[in-house]
Order: sequence, then C-alpha cells, then structure tokens
Amino acid sequence: MMRGARAGASAPLHGLVQPRVQRRILPVRGDSDVQPGQPPQIHASGPRHARWVRISHWIIATGVVTLAVTGFVILMAHPRLYWGAAGNDLTPALLELPISRNHHHGGWERSIPFSTAAGSAVSAVRTYDILNENSWGRSLHFLAAWFLVVTGIVYVAAGICSGHIRHHLLPRAGEFTPRLLWQDLVGHLRRNNPPATGGWPTTGAAPYGLIQKSTYLGVVFLALPMMVITGMAMSPAITAAFPFLSGMFGGSQSARTVHFFVFATLVLFVLVHVSMVILSGFKRQIRAMTLGS
Amino acid sequence: MKTEKIVASRRTLITGLASAGGLLLAGCSKELPPTYGNILRMGDLLTYQSQRLLLPSNSLAKEYDRRDISSIPAIGNTNPADSHQQTYNAARGSAYEHLRAGGFADWRLSIEGRVARPGTYSLTDLQRFPSRAQITKHTCEEGWSAIAEWTGVQLRRVLEAAGMLPGARFVNFYAFDDTADGIDMHDALHPQTILAYGMNGRELPVPHGAPVRLRVETQLGYKSVKFLQRIVVTNEFDDLGKLGPLQNGWSWYVGI
Repeated sequence: MMRGARAGASAPLHGLVQPRVQRRILPVRGDSDVQPGQPPQIHASGPRHARWVRISHWIIATGVVTLAVTGFVILMAHPRLYWGAAGNDLTPALLELPISRNHHHGGWERSIPFSTAAGSAVSAVRTYDILNENSWGRSLHFLAAWFLVVTGIVYVAAGICSGHIRHHLLPRAGEFTPRLLWQDLVGHLRRNNPPATGGWPTTGAAPYGLIQKSTYLGVVFLALPMMVITGMAMSPAITAAFPFLSGMFGGSQSARTVHFFVFATLVLFVLVHVSMVILSGFKRQIRAMTLGS
Repeated sequence: MKTEKIVASRRTLITGLASAGGLLLAGCSKELPPTYGNILRMGDLLTYQSQRLLLPSNSLAKEYDRRDISSIPAIGNTNPADSHQQTYNAARGSAYEHLRAGGFADWRLSIEGRVARPGTYSLTDLQRFPSRAQITKHTCEEGWSAIAEWTGVQLRRVLEAAGMLPGARFVNFYAFDDTADGIDMHDALHPQTILAYGMNGRELPVPHGAPVRLRVETQLGYKSVKFLQRIVVTNEFDDLGKLGPLQNGWSWYVGI
C-alpha cells in the first residue's frame, strides 16, 4: 500500500516540510477494497453520517459532557480515592486530589477508638462545613447516565444491524498490524492523513483510519461500558442484588477509583477528538455530524 | 362578590376535574415520590421504578467480617442538643438533652399512622425483640464508605407488632435533629433494615444517632435516619415538607 509517509521515511526531516498538497492527492487507504460501482474518490461535498448516527452522537456527547461535569462536582465533595470496600477521611487514601476546599481540611474533633486494641477503628466528629453540591449533582449525573445508557444500547443495536460497526469501525482483515498502526500514527503526527470521517464504502466517504477505528471501538465497547459497570458497582441496591459487580473490582471504592481513571481517559479522548475535528476542517466536520452533508 | 363566586365555582370545577383525573389514575396518585415538574426528580423516579421492576426483592447487602470494620466519620447532625448544628430545633433539642442526661431511660419511640396498635416503645422494649447484628458498609453520598457492625431489631418485627393496616405503603421517620425521611414498604420490610441501638458491640454513640437510628443497607447513608423519635406508617407518599430530603433538593430514593 502506497503511503506518503513511506516516501519521507528515508529523509524524516524532509518529510515535515514537504508540501501537504502532494500527499492529499495520493490514493487513500482501502483502495484495494473498492467494489464495483463504488466511487473510489472522496466526495467533494464531504462524508455523510446516517441520521441515527448523528442523533445518537449528539445525545451521547451531551450525556458524556454532563456526566463529566457532574462527576467532577461529585468528586469535589470527597476528593480522595481508595482501594477496597471502604475508605473515608479517617483511613489512608490511594490518591488525594486538591480540587476543592474539602481537600485536607482539619475540621475534626478528637478521634475516639471503638476498642482498646492497638490499631482499633476510630470515629471522629466532623466540624468542617464541606463543599457539597451533590443534591443536584448526583441527580443530574444519573439523569445523564439514563440518556447515555438508553442511547448507547440503541446505537450498538442499530450499529450491529445496519453493518455500521462491521463496515466502518472494525478494522479490515490484515489491517490491524503494528506496522500499519505505526504508519497511521506517524501520519497523524505529520498531519498528512486525509480527513477520514464518513465511513466507506457504503457512504462513499473516506474510511476511518486505523487509530480512529480502534479508538472509537475502545470508547464504545470498553470505556463507556466500563463507566456504567463501575458506576453500578458503587450502588448499594444494585450490588446487593449482584455482588460480583463490586466484587470483581475488589470493592466499591476500587470501582470508584477505576471509574475516575476511565473518566480521565474519556476526557483525554474528547480533547483529542475535538482537536482532530478542528484540525481536519471544523466547519465541514460539524456539518457532516449535524446536517449530514 | 360576584367575581369571587365565579372564581370559587371555577376552582370547584377545577378541583372536581382534578379529583376525577386522580380517580382515573387510581393506583398512581400519591403512591410515588412527586416530581414537581423537575426533570432531576423525574430521573430519580425513573431510577426508583426501574430498580423496583428489575432488581430481585430482598437481596441482602454484603455482610463483612469483624476484622473488616473500619474507621467511620460522624457527619451531618452529630448532636441534636447542639444549637450550632445546621438542623436544630430548640424544643426537640432540649428534649433530647434531657433524655440523654437520663441515659435515654425515658426515651420512647412512637409508632403511629396506618397501624392497628399505635403506641410507644422504650429502648428496653426494642431490646426485648430478637436482635440482629450485621457488619455492613455505610455508603455516603459524598463518596466515602465505612464498615461497621450494627445491632438492633428488624423494622419488620416492630411494624408487625404494631399491626400494619392494609394499604400501608410508606414508613416515615422523624428525628430529634429536626429532620425526617421515609422509605417504601419494600425497603421497610427488608431483612437488613433495622432499628439499631448498638454499634461495633457497644451502645450507639451520640454522634452516630443515639439512642436508636435506622439502618437501610440498600440505600445511601443519609436514608439511615439518626436520633429516631417517631415512626409514621402511611398509605400515601409524604414529602415531609422542609424536614424531608425532597424540598431540600435531595433525591428521596437513593438505592442508586
């Protein structure tokens, strides 16, 4: 497969200053998969996303942003992370985040042990008025979670039935190799990958790149389900019915910690995703995901 | 005068129509927490109804070993007699102070509402019931959790002793710290829902709700009302006004 990146491989510095126009006219990846009657070139008008893809994209995007903001608000009420079943201000933390005035406040009465044994559990009265916006924060978090879960289920069902996931997201046979992944990465860093947005061949638009496909699959089938599972693993009612949910993480505080790190990964994804949208033609990409043209 | 009469009759008409609508919706009215047209409360209601529909009944929350007992902060109101606390009522506060000075010997838990035998129970009365000890995890809405052993009487036994009347759907708890909260009969009859008078093998300390607190192990910590004073069984949902969670912006059902 001919790739512009290969030409620059023998002269890396040269590759950075080569005019980008030259690379844009090179055949895009997937050219060997052209089926009879399918136009091999990228549509000048831009790619088309199916209507259900566009609608579910924006519902899920709104859900993710709402969940991230309210999740952060909830975390601000208790910015400490633990491992295991229990963890609180009177037990050691795995990680303390200086994100609110609740971090390391000293408003405690003298702690009283429950027994005379060494290392006994203690209790102390909190005298500090903590920052706590969880009343609306929690309810909005779960409301957004409902939108995310319901839309996510519809998206995956429609994605499987319509072939969207098979055709546009799953890497083709032999495509998922370290060499091609590396090429795609180098292409991204040199900003010479064609803006691939619609999913080819069914829409006639450029196919997603290998990293793009892997990332979307990772978000849809790993990160978001993981957020839902770790979320439910913190629920007293759900874990009473299904104890393995928190058990498989080693306790609900462990699940809360995993929930936080997957959140951080998703924030990173959103930042990179939005950056790529801007770099590959903001207006055109937004048009494609809203008007579908 | 005439306008008033028209207004009055219009109001009668509207009330009449509303009541008719209520009758048409019999089985739905006042049997669920209200949403007040608030989208957040609608989400809470969806979670509540989904969990009641989808989760199996009477699953027990995990019970731990004695060695798992952890340290536990005391938060919220930690002494109803302290006027500096955020929720304080002078009459209830001084009553609590008096009861505490007497070692809670004069404390009585009142059981009222839709029961055949309303009455009061002393601490000794409650301790005469078969006791249940459970080492469970307290999950605070703030994000932390703690494991402690709670000893008490199953709420179900007390309700059965008082004789719940047909149609009883909710159990509401009023506390000395000028707060109140309620649970549905599903959680009230849960085997791990207890009126706890002991914690970690001792009598319940004041900051944790002495002399008796509720333990609801299938919901977040704030549903486990401390400093119990009065239990009221109702047929209809009661948001408990300013004492309850709803009018303070908090979700009523927090099984999550």
